[in-house]
Amino acid sequence: MATENLVYDRPEGFTDTPTHYCPGCTHGVAHRLVAEVLEDMGLIDKTIGVAPVGCAVFAYNYFDTDFVEAPHGRAPAMATGIKRVLPDRVVFTYQGDGDLASIGMGEIVHAAARGENLTVIFINNANYGMTGGQMAPTTLPGMKTTSSPNGRDVETQGYPIKVSEMLSTLEGVGYCVRRSLHDPKNIRLAKKAIRMAFETQVRGLGFSMVELLSTCPTNWGMTPVNSLKFVEEHMVPAFPLGDYKISEAIKQIKI
Amino acid sequence: MQKEIIISGFGGQGVLFAGQVIAYAAMDSGKEVTWIPSYGPEMRGGTANCTVVIADQEIGSPLVKNPPLAIALNLPSFDKYEPLMQAGGTLIVNQSMVDRGAQRNDIHVILVPCNEIAEGIGDKKLMNMVAVGALLTALSQVSLKDVEKALEAHLPARHKHLLPKNYEALKRGFETHTKRVG
Amino acid sequence: MPKELWKGNEAIAEAAVRAGLEAYFGYPITPQTEILEYLSRRMPELGRTFVQAESELGAINMVYGAACTGVRVMSSSSSPGVSLMMEGISYIAGTEVPAVLVNVMRGGPGLGNIAPAQGDYNQAVHGGGHGDYQPIVLAPASVQEAIDLTVLSFDLAEKYRAICMVILDGCVGQMMEPAQMPEMKPIQRANWDWATDGKMGKRERRILTSIYLDPIEEEKLNLRLLNRWRTIQANEIRYKEYFLDDAEIVIVGFGTAGRVALSAVRTAREQGIKVGLLRPITVSPFPSEVIDQLAGRAEAFLVTEMNSGQMLEDVRLAVKGRVPVEFYGRLGGVVPFPDEILSEIQRMAKIKLSANVHPRDAWLERMAKV
Repeated sequence: MATENLVYDRPEGFTDTPTHYCPGCTHGVAHRLVAEVLEDMGLIDKTIGVAPVGCAVFAYNYFDTDFVEAPHGRAPAMATGIKRVLPDRVVFTYQGDGDLASIGMGEIVHAAARGENLTVIFINNANYGMTGGQMAPTTLPGMKTTSSPNGRDVETQGYPIKVSEMLSTLEGVGYCVRRSLHDPKNIRLAKKAIRMAFETQVRGLGFSMVELLSTCPTNWGMTPVNSLKFVEEHMVPAFPLGDYKISEAIKQIKI
Repeated sequence: MQKEIIISGFGGQGVLFAGQVIAYAAMDSGKEVTWIPSYGPEMRGGTANCTVVIADQEIGSPLVKNPPLAIALNLPSFDKYEPLMQAGGTLIVNQSMVDRGAQRNDIHVILVPCNEIAEGIGDKKLMNMVAVGALLTALSQVSLKDVEKALEAHLPARHKHLLPKNYEALKRGFETHTKRVG
Repeated sequence: MPKELWKGNEAIAEAAVRAGLEAYFGYPITPQTEILEYLSRRMPELGRTFVQAESELGAINMVYGAACTGVRVMSSSSSPGVSLMMEGISYIAGTEVPAVLVNVMRGGPGLGNIAPAQGDYNQAVHGGGHGDYQPIVLAPASVQEAIDLTVLSFDLAEKYRAICMVILDGCVGQMMEPAQMPEMKPIQRANWDWATDGKMGKRERRILTSIYLDPIEEEKLNLRLLNRWRTIQANEIRYKEYFLDDAEIVIVGFGTAGRVALSAVRTAREQGIKVGLLRPITVSPFPSEVIDQLAGRAEAFLVTEMNSGQMLEDVRLAVKGRVPVEFYGRLGGVVPFPDEILSEIQRMAKIKLSANVHPRDAWLERMAKV
């Protein structure tokens, strides 16, 4: 008798709510990877997520875990407060580049420096998506946005901030890597990295962060396919993929 | 009855502790008391002062403009508080650190060589206790015995071996003043 | 428990510990730093959480996070630091989670100074953070009151799922007075039906947020907060009265300005002037009703504050123009002496007062002449 083989389903870590993200945006992919990892590791029940301000402000609608919604940029501080009083729970923040690398730069650096046992999923799509595509700290030189209409001028607007490279210098960081979501191979690598980040937290090995290069077809003014190409051709060279810090103890982890 | 005391001197002269000792003695003998320091950058190496108010009822202002009682452990404090004293009040002045006498004749200015007396006992740091001893002759709310008991009860354990010398300093200050007034 | 000589700031810290404080997050700033320093030693000793945050922004958001789990949590700061915290305070109010914040006020605006002041009254009482919310604000005037109100603040915060602020000036924070500590209360985690502490196999997931994108939903929150506020107004007003039974002149002052006025009232009474003192302990909710009643029988009011007359406006609203309201303030970190308030009382007892001039204008004119 022919049986149907289920190859694709909603992960248990998700609610039934359809996401509000634009077509072609990789937020949905990143969400799914996190939900799959939480399910694989059996952590859904003990996880508390911290949503940012930005496109992922409604992340709490999609994950079937407890969730809180932080002020803009303050997710790592809120997560610190939660994790310190509930050290046996799993706490993660999900933040964009405006949230984490601009207004929340103080909070992320110090949470990392203190070695808070948190996991940070950092979405880098080179602009402020929710407010309509303004220049972010990660906007590429020359890239046009609604607040850099002539292209980012590095003379007056500075260069992009490479967060993974920067945070990897801190002793409190256990795991800090950059991955990309522009093709299936990279998505698989991203999932592995997210798994390692949560493994880091579960084992109490310090601060863990996965930076994910992502698309923003709507604000970039591109088709979804072209935006994936843009990540590969322009984002990856500017933000090289790689392992920026993996502590010795984490290298020993075998999944 | 309410009495206000200001104690003033250089940082490091034990100004704040002298006030606390009086406050402890007042508390232990069932009085209402407040102790308030000058605080902040002026504490770092400059002059320090504290105000102690002792009363039988709920205390209003913890600060006083014209104190009836004061201790000035150095010249700047003498210069500052002599004009501010309440008429008829008593100002204990550390004679070892000033080069002038009283300018007002409507207050009691008692010059006590606190440093020399303390050095005579063998510990120059006890000069604040000499001054407190002298002040007690003019402070009816708290007795010499009250202060001795307060020291015993509240001095940190690691300083307990200093008790006899503290008592000696208080007594010497108390006697110096008594003699002069007498 | 016998009385001990406690410094205001340290007394607040210990009182919070005894009330069941599980987590403290703070940042150094004078004149409240003793709270942070005391807890940096005391909390780890008890196996509880202490974090010196990177900023007041960090601190209040750590408080926010911990508050979402339902534990007793607190921060403390002084004026400029509390300004930084306003963002978090608004979020905490909008999320309806309980938290305690102590503000040991200093002279301002800007960097100002570190001397005792009450210039943050409006910021604390009339909002400060964005949006439509009302914090509970308690104003101790003594070390014992600082202890008692700190303990109370945790109960009120939890009871009403609200932020409860304790505002005091540097005087109360730095002062030592004999005071009695409450017994140590064991940590008991309440099983709140709103706390985001993980599903743990027991329940559906929970979300805590201050976002209500649909205006109708936001309005529902606003109304819920407002109705809760009316309950707070009906049940939680606290004040202390002195010599009010036959008072013709009523002084209203909170915190240190209130206790300094008490000294002046006593001297004036000795001189035969019928003057009394109302010292609000909850400045939010404000004891408007008792002022309303007093206005029916007193001949005049005098508001004393260590600011430019911020509570003055709340008193005037309660008096409703029936009798003259006068004002005496010291600003910028200057603490008034009792004789300054006494001369105001003496002046008021002597002359016919007018209700036609704004009390602040009249006060400024008098100040200019001095």
